[in-house]
Amino acid sequence: MLIRTLDYTHKLAMIESLDKLFQFHQNALNVRAFRQQLLASNIANADTPGYKARDIDFAAALRDATSGRAVSAVSLRASSDSHLGGATRDEPAAVLYRSAQQPSIDGNTVDMDVERNRFAENAVHYDANLTFLNSQIKLLLAALQG
Amino acid sequence: MSLLGVFEIAGSAMTAQSQRLNVVASNLANADSITSSNGRPYRAKQVVFSELAFGGATGSGVKVTGVIEDSSPGKQVYDPKHPLADAQGYVAMPNVSVVEEMVNMISAARAYQNNVEMLNTAKALMLKTLTIGQ
Repeated sequence: MLIRTLDYTHKLAMIESLDKLFQFHQNALNVRAFRQQLLASNIANADTPGYKARDIDFAAALRDATSGRAVSAVSLRASSDSHLGGATRDEPAAVLYRSAQQPSIDGNTVDMDVERNRFAENAVHYDANLTFLNSQIKLLLAALQG
Repeated sequence: MSLLGVFEIAGSAMTAQSQRLNVVASNLANADSITSSNGRPYRAKQVVFSELAFGGATGSGVKVTGVIEDSSPGKQVYDPKHPLADAQGYVAMPNVSVVEEMVNMISAARAYQNNVEMLNTAKALMLKTLTIGQ
């Protein structure tokens, strides 16, 4: 009954505020999942000659994601409003190479201890993020139900 | 869901490592094969790994680009009574280094385990993601 009395703009405002509430966690989870994939490819390529270990600067990536900036690999310059943007895949963060502590002779810079550590750490952070998000949803539901 | 890439990456690495394990098994089994279908002693084989970029996923997996034959010279064993001995009485043995192959085997097995672990972690995270709001 209450919903029916609200007009369209009110409904939109409500959805927008809900969206804002979860936006941060969504961004954080996205960046965490992205990083998890990078670390997975480091571990998978532990024996590939010439492979360089990669990672992202998480703090910078999250800052970019929350401010709505996505780093694309290649971007096209548009000199007119009617130009279309390039069809590049937007990545949530700039991928950096890890400085190797003990590179091997075949050019591989994957240090398994470091990668396993980071992988586990990232997984725990992802999990923590989910827990925070869930508790926020629970709080909201409790407020709605009274 | 972005975490799905981990499955592809770990899966490709597991395939590559199991192929490496296969080659190790072949080398160890033929460590004493002094003749083969072409009449020469068995030559050790090694896999070559390279990075495999996926279209959708962010990271990159592993692929086996080829299986090469080890070019190192084989052992010559002096055994004049052997039917395959040459004029000087030497028998050409395969160039398989059993110690090296054992180390290779352990390394492949550990890498495989690492990938399984990774897959399990990604799976647990994904299942937890599916329960958001419940």
